[in-house]
Amino acid sequence: EKERRVKANDREYNAKFSYADNRIKTSKYNIFTFLPINLFEQLQRVANTYFIVLLILQLIPQISSLSWFTTIVPLVLVLAITAIKDATDDFFRHKSDKQVNNRQSQVLISGLQNEKWMHVQVGDIIKLENNQFVAADILLLCSSEPYGLCYIETSELDEVICEPPNNKLDKFTGTLFWRNHKYPLDNEKMLLRGCVLRNTEWCFGMVIFALQTKLMQNCGKTTFKRTSIDKLMNTLVLWIFGFLVCMGVILAIGNTVWESLVGKDFQVFLPFDDSHTNAVFSGFLTFWSYIIILNTVVPISLYVVEVLRLGHSYFINWDRKMYFAAMDTPAEARTTTLNEELGQVEFIFSDKTGTLTQNIMVFSKCSINGQAYDIYDEFQQKVEITEKTACVDFSFNPLRDTKFRFYDGRLVEAVKQEDPSVQEFFRLLALCHTVMPEEKYENLVYQAQSPDEGALVTAARNFGYVFRARTPENITVFEMGQPVTYQLLAILDFNNVRKRMSVIRNSLGQIKLYCKGADTIIFERLDVCGLELMDITSEHLNDFAGEGLRTLALAYKDIEEEYFEVWMKKYIFVSTVIENREDQLAALYEEIEQDLKLLGVTAIEDKLQDGVPETIARLNLADIKIWMLTGDKLTAINIGYSCNMLQDDMSEVFIISENTLLEVQQKLSTKEHIVGLSRVSSATDVKSDIQLYPDSVFEEAIIAEYALVITGDSLAHALDPGLRLVLLDVACLCKTVICCRVTPLQKAQVVELVKTHKKAVTLAIGDGANDVSMIKAHIGVGISGQEGMQAVLSSDYSFAQFRYLQRLLLVHGRWSYFRMCNFLRYFFYKNFSFTLVHFWYGFFCGFSAQTVYDQWFITLFNIVYTSLPVLAMGLFDQDVNDRNSLRYPSLYKPGQMNLLFNKRQFFLCTLQGLGTSFLLFFIPYGAFCVLLKEDGSNFSDQQAFAVTIATSLVIVVSVQIGYDMHYWTAINHLFIWGSIAVYFAILFAMQSNGIFGVFTSYFPFVTSRNALSELNVWLVILLTTVVCVVPGLVVSFLRVDLFPTETDKQVRHLQLRKRQEPQEQSLRRVRRTSSRRSAYAFSHQQGYGELITSGRN
Amino acid sequence: MNKKEKPEAENRPDNTAFTQQRLPAWQPMLSAGIVIPLFLIIGLIFIGIGVALFVTSRDLQVLEMDYTGMEQNSPCFSCSDPDQKNCKCTLDFNLDKLFEGPVFFYYALTNYFQNQRSYGVSKDDYQLSGDLDNFKDPDSTCSPYRYDSNNNPIVPCGSLANSMFNDTFKLYQLVAGTKKEVPLDGKGIAWWTDYNIKYRNPSVTPLKNAFNGTVKPLFWPRPAYELDPTDPANNGFINQDFLVWMRRAALPNFRKLYRRITEGDYSTGLPEGNYSLEISYNYPVLNFDGRKKVVFTNVSWMGGKNEFLGIAYLVIGSLCIVMSVVMLIVYAKFKFPEED
Repeated sequence: EKERRVKANDREYNAKFSYADNRIKTSKYNIFTFLPINLFEQLQRVANTYFIVLLILQLIPQISSLSWFTTIVPLVLVLAITAIKDATDDFFRHKSDKQVNNRQSQVLISGLQNEKWMHVQVGDIIKLENNQFVAADILLLCSSEPYGLCYIETSELDEVICEPPNNKLDKFTGTLFWRNHKYPLDNEKMLLRGCVLRNTEWCFGMVIFALQTKLMQNCGKTTFKRTSIDKLMNTLVLWIFGFLVCMGVILAIGNTVWESLVGKDFQVFLPFDDSHTNAVFSGFLTFWSYIIILNTVVPISLYVVEVLRLGHSYFINWDRKMYFAAMDTPAEARTTTLNEELGQVEFIFSDKTGTLTQNIMVFSKCSINGQAYDIYDEFQQKVEITEKTACVDFSFNPLRDTKFRFYDGRLVEAVKQEDPSVQEFFRLLALCHTVMPEEKYENLVYQAQSPDEGALVTAARNFGYVFRARTPENITVFEMGQPVTYQLLAILDFNNVRKRMSVIRNSLGQIKLYCKGADTIIFERLDVCGLELMDITSEHLNDFAGEGLRTLALAYKDIEEEYFEVWMKKYIFVSTVIENREDQLAALYEEIEQDLKLLGVTAIEDKLQDGVPETIARLNLADIKIWMLTGDKLTAINIGYSCNMLQDDMSEVFIISENTLLEVQQKLSTKEHIVGLSRVSSATDVKSDIQLYPDSVFEEAIIAEYALVITGDSLAHALDPGLRLVLLDVACLCKTVICCRVTPLQKAQVVELVKTHKKAVTLAIGDGANDVSMIKAHIGVGISGQEGMQAVLSSDYSFAQFRYLQRLLLVHGRWSYFRMCNFLRYFFYKNFSFTLVHFWYGFFCGFSAQTVYDQWFITLFNIVYTSLPVLAMGLFDQDVNDRNSLRYPSLYKPGQMNLLFNKRQFFLCTLQGLGTSFLLFFIPYGAFCVLLKEDGSNFSDQQAFAVTIATSLVIVVSVQIGYDMHYWTAINHLFIWGSIAVYFAILFAMQSNGIFGVFTSYFPFVTSRNALSELNVWLVILLTTVVCVVPGLVVSFLRVDLFPTETDKQVRHLQLRKRQEPQEQSLRRVRRTSSRRSAYAFSHQQGYGELITSGRN
Repeated sequence: MNKKEKPEAENRPDNTAFTQQRLPAWQPMLSAGIVIPLFLIIGLIFIGIGVALFVTSRDLQVLEMDYTGMEQNSPCFSCSDPDQKNCKCTLDFNLDKLFEGPVFFYYALTNYFQNQRSYGVSKDDYQLSGDLDNFKDPDSTCSPYRYDSNNNPIVPCGSLANSMFNDTFKLYQLVAGTKKEVPLDGKGIAWWTDYNIKYRNPSVTPLKNAFNGTVKPLFWPRPAYELDPTDPANNGFINQDFLVWMRRAALPNFRKLYRRITEGDYSTGLPEGNYSLEISYNYPVLNFDGRKKVVFTNVSWMGGKNEFLGIAYLVIGSLCIVMSVVMLIVYAKFKFPEED
């Protein structure tokens, strides 16, 4: 398809090109294709191939040491479980496809008709209404808004800016033919699928791309994230495989030796058959036979791990303590394969807006003409504002915004008493902005491009200065109920250099300039006679900033008409020049914005989400480093303070906002030096600590606390390959890192930098499309329910509130990691104990690959006799309950240090398995050398031996799991006792007379009742059980006493204080008292002023 | 903030103990208060069992005699020559005190790999359970003892059956210079399940007819239906000696029950005196360095003489007690500070 021709509303014409329709399909199978495709996919997996190879080996009679069913049964089981899981997944994909495909949209076919999305076709004209999703890529034709404006929320599109360059979301070229005219089309005129229409009553558009939308074209395959345990497992499986081959070789050599020393003489009774006439060849065959027998050491049944993870994911989904009732949003584990990684997180990268903060700006305090409006209690102490604090009654004002809260009643009094500076203050707020008013259902609604402006205009509105309407030339304000219209002469727009905006208005020949902006900028431009006021206001400003509020200074100036006319002429002239217009305009603005009179300052609270400071404090206690990566400016520091990331007792907060590589480099090196010094000086004090935790990182020894704040520009240089390690070094030595004004790409780079160089588990949390790149980098958490869904869609976990993060990590993550590690350790132990018995027996049966156990026992051991208890342990075990996990965040640390399952632990548990198998074999061996029944009949037969060892094994591993398990729910009881019961039931059933009569050759064991009615056998089983379990018990008991870990101490501590409820640890934020001047708080964007005034042309 | 109207909480997770992971649970804690007494108790119980086993086992009598005939002065030396057929030799022994009854009489083989896989699978379970189809066509696992050189099916087929132990013994007490035969009871020496379930003769009478068209195993002097000429019911696959042989030993050195001595004058045991064991020596073991032995023993409530179990219990029991003491010391010295 070279070019696309579309005729509006002409389905017949468009049908000629057979463009793809709008039906999406993400599902993989249907009912008929499921079985073959799924089976084919599964058989491609390495593990399943391993089974198949084993199966083929077993079909060779000379090699076959086990019956075919020992492999088939587990294989079928694994395939079936996986198939069921795949089928469920696909079912949900079908469901979501169906839901999207059946969304309604209004299509213009002989009048507006409702049509399902899947039936929307290229060329259709569709009508979109406010807050609707855009169904396809459409060309905007008209909209309800003046000037053809159309606000769209591009949350689902922004993301692609940072994706690989093949995306062409920002490019579109086309030509529109209309009434014999050609109109060029570009990207500005397109609405892309995935956007949501905002603040626009309706609009019409023509579908250009249906299914092949830009968004769909950009849906790259998400990379599959593997956990570190997965990676470790892969290595371990290879090691085990090597171990298996070694055992095979040893036994094969043994067989060769045996055949040439003993076997050849034993031919009287056991002649060599045709195929193995020589001992070496016999050894070769034996090798394969033993590979078959010993295959169970390679834990292919570790697929169970997936079941566990799925279960843990469900527990996350089900957790009511992560359910946000206000939005009816439960937490969701969208990826089911990462859970245990949540227990090992070392770094959290958090977005600010919408994640830490609610993105709600609230006008909270102000200072007008040297009078601060703020509430104090009777001791002149600031009052913590809570839900209960009495707020000012605005009922005098019919146009008020009912959601607005203010607590200092004096301000209302001042307004009512018509204090001129207060009046001027609010007049300024009502006039100096770029907000658009909108009457909606008799309600006044403001459309502000920055929430700060909205907050200010809303404040003015409630205090009786209601901004009602604007045209390009006029602004109508209801001042205490009286409509007043101001002529808007000019908007001196905001930009990043000016850091202020002004308007010039005219009312009845009185020309005034209103200016609001960063305090430093405004103070520079004040009239000399206002110095005293400036000092007082500065104090208030410091107070406000110290509380983490965003401040703005307001000033005005009276302008004489003649002066203004001259200025205006220059302004109109400069507006039309082409060269250097920006600079000339700036100079002109500068000229008029002089000798301002200070009105006061405003303080806006960037509202934190609930529980953020507590959550951050708690995560800090768990040694998790939290980095804030925000697109916002240095004001983010305020939030850093208000949410506990920055603290006043920190030794120093480094701020790096240089613009050149060299400067950044110099600054970083200085900081590194400072931090390095503290490292050396404090290292001696903590030596003992380090010895206790050899794995722990050295930097934890730092006592002095530093914080690093770096801006996006500096970060760009600092991420330079030569400098990035220095950056990382400094950053990791700091307690807190805040990156301001970073692009989405930089966010991802920072995450990637830490992830690769620190080899640490990182978690990124964010809510917006600009966080998608970092969310995809490692574990990603999306804040759901706010606005766009893009962050959630690409996340691994989602929930509605930042504060749930502590529960996700400290409770669910910790449990998952704990359970997974216990599960793996037990699993390896169990398989080694089970399998290696064959190895020992090899030395006594002529290395002939004779199995110790009955074949059915081998078939069922892993999948029936021992699967459920370990599954129950992996799902339900908890050493510490959720409340205590949260109360003692240090319990999280073993996960970060990877203490519970690593190569050493693996080695230990396989060693334990090896030892157990040794005892399991040699104790019955010792007894069976001469074992006679009470009736004298001989008893040292192979089948009785098998039943004895098998029974001991089942009991030993059951006792062991009982000892490993910390939390015996009814289900655990049922599974453990049930497994033992099932073992005996199956044992007797399979060795019963009846089944032997029917399937003689499959059930040749008719032994159990003879063996298990024997006292001696039970004595052997008892002895074996005790000998196998007791050493582990002793070792762990002594270890807890002699070398207790942090967890042991905590757990023991908890045990002791179980009865008395400990008092809640206070994690409340401490209000800062010291002053810290905020930088500049203005989240404006450039260009809106022009947009508003452009209507005049 | 005025609360928005609560949307319908249809996504609210269920508040059950299961979903909220609050299932009531027993949380055992292996504290010193449990572990140390536990070890002490295990230790005491084990020592108790160990003493009982050890004492019982010590009182049991075992008489084991090698009759392979390796040494020149051995009475069976001449028979150990593989060329000798139907060789008989006599082993004399003396009991200096009463060998308490009931006495059990075993033969024992060493270095004999009944547990070899290819040896063990070399049989046909269907054939042995009396399935006539497998008389004509024995299972391939029986190879090379499946058909003889004339392509006649071997019944019972396979190495296991083929190598059946075929030495026979007669025991005499020498009383005043005359040999008094000690009656040996061969009934019920095999397992009940083997005799009644696993092994069945085909329901053909006379039994001989079932074997028409088959040949006896190559090593066997007589066909299966003539294994016991004295007792017609003790023939075919349910012959007691055959059953005992077919139950494979787990380890290369093993004993198998040959006879019980429970009858007549000997029901209380073998009185002191001289005895003579007449052996018809047929079974070759020397070429694979095996040994043949006869063993007389008596049993108790715990079965035959077995020192391993008693000693093992004593050792483990003592170790448990030692460990409990060690743990007590360690606990007392290094226990956690109870207070923070």
